[in-house]
Amino acid sequence: MAEQADTDLLLETPLAGLHRELGARMVPFAGYSMPVQYPKGILTEHNWTRESAGLFDVSHMGQAYLVGPDHASTARALEALTPGEFQALAPGRIRYTLLTTPEGGIIDDLMVTRSADPNEDGTLYLVVNAGRKAIDYAHIAANLPEGVTLEPADDLALVALQGPKAAEVMARHCPEAAGMGFMTAARFPVDGIDCHLSRSGYTGEDGYEISVKAADAEALVRALLAEAEVEPVGLGARDSLRLEAGLCLYGHDIDEATSPVEADLGFALARRRRAEGGFPGAGRILGELASGPARLRVGIKPEGRAPAREGTEIRDAAGTTIGIVTSGGFGPTAGGPVAMGYVAAEHAAPGTPVTLVVRGKDLAASVVAMPFVPHRYFRKQA
Amino acid sequence: MTSYFTRDHEWVRIDGDAAYVGITDYAQSQLGDVVYVELPAVGKTFAKGDDAAVVESVKAASDVYAPVSGVVVAVNDALEKSPAMINDAAEGNGWFLKLTLTEPGELDGLMDEAAYRAFVETL
Repeated sequence: MAEQADTDLLLETPLAGLHRELGARMVPFAGYSMPVQYPKGILTEHNWTRESAGLFDVSHMGQAYLVGPDHASTARALEALTPGEFQALAPGRIRYTLLTTPEGGIIDDLMVTRSADPNEDGTLYLVVNAGRKAIDYAHIAANLPEGVTLEPADDLALVALQGPKAAEVMARHCPEAAGMGFMTAARFPVDGIDCHLSRSGYTGEDGYEISVKAADAEALVRALLAEAEVEPVGLGARDSLRLEAGLCLYGHDIDEATSPVEADLGFALARRRRAEGGFPGAGRILGELASGPARLRVGIKPEGRAPAREGTEIRDAAGTTIGIVTSGGFGPTAGGPVAMGYVAAEHAAPGTPVTLVVRGKDLAASVVAMPFVPHRYFRKQA
Repeated sequence: MTSYFTRDHEWVRIDGDAAYVGITDYAQSQLGDVVYVELPAVGKTFAKGDDAAVVESVKAASDVYAPVSGVVVAVNDALEKSPAMINDAAEGNGWFLKLTLTEPGELDGLMDEAAYRAFVETL
């Protein structure tokens, strides 16, 4: 995780007091004081999320509305900055997308929701990374057409309830939540509190991300934590959960130098946009789609017990450097070390043996398909 | 048995002309769940302050320094299978290695237990 240097000006989320009351260890992260773990520890919190339901404060993330006169206008404005399809996005649907640079790098990855409310036609709800908020907002605002505006929603908190028991817990507080499909969103009361629910997350498990007014966040979280199935989970386990799920962390696995094709995020390149182009970096990105990227993000499984951390050099059998680990650590559910990183394309096939250089010693490892732990997203029965 | 402590949160427990070395309970509480330990080879020689072992939590890897100079005469192999022993018994069964001391005078520069516990209180 990108822990920036200590500063006297750390921001707090609306749940900071509750974190302290729960005994959290607070660390600086992306300019915020955030809970890295609670007293039970990262391993227990990780396993709890996989087996029951974990509650995460992710209020440091940036929430904003892109507002235009009608859906088509707002969608076109966002399509000018991303390779996503938003004109055809149905009300109440969520898409993962990327802000790209003219050179085809990634400014940020974000979630985009088209409001389900017909009275909010022309509004897209964005959730961006905490450490990129200022850059994203400036970039978006500077590139909008007349009539479309970006409205950061700094008065909102964001919490995630993740895990196989998230749905049954949510149903007790919000019966409508159980019927939501994966990657859909709607506004419902939760215990009478006005909330915006998304059936999505960053753990590979079923669950919800709940946007709520800052003033109501603590009451909502206390109600969810009162459930026997729910425990608070910090950023430490959030990182090990997303790594096992094969999900990218901005600033580590993707950045302005990595392209979506190299990052194996081709699913974020919409079919119509691939055909039409017209997004920043389309030259490089469509070129890599056609002829293959020089390097590719892959999963890496070390053979022994030693974790290979970010920055670990990856070599081929002949000892030639072929890449670098961008995220790595111990996967509690995987039961051993797991990593992801970039390797030269000719070494990217699953099963390819590689060598990791950890503290000067060679560790045997293989390229593997991700995720390390199967996703268990909710799929609505047809 | 007499124990000594460092400001880097290692402990040394004297056993004849050798000493067991480990990390303190405070250190393990700061690290969190230990998932991997790298121990040195028996016979290796360390000067005080050398990197002697590595302990990794879910989040990060940390070096364990040799609190005194010596030659490794034993390592706690059980930690490789059960690294969580360090969380459960950092100052007991979770010892890392045993050294024969080559510079016993270095012990004078370390803290005794009372001084160390007082030091931790200030952190």
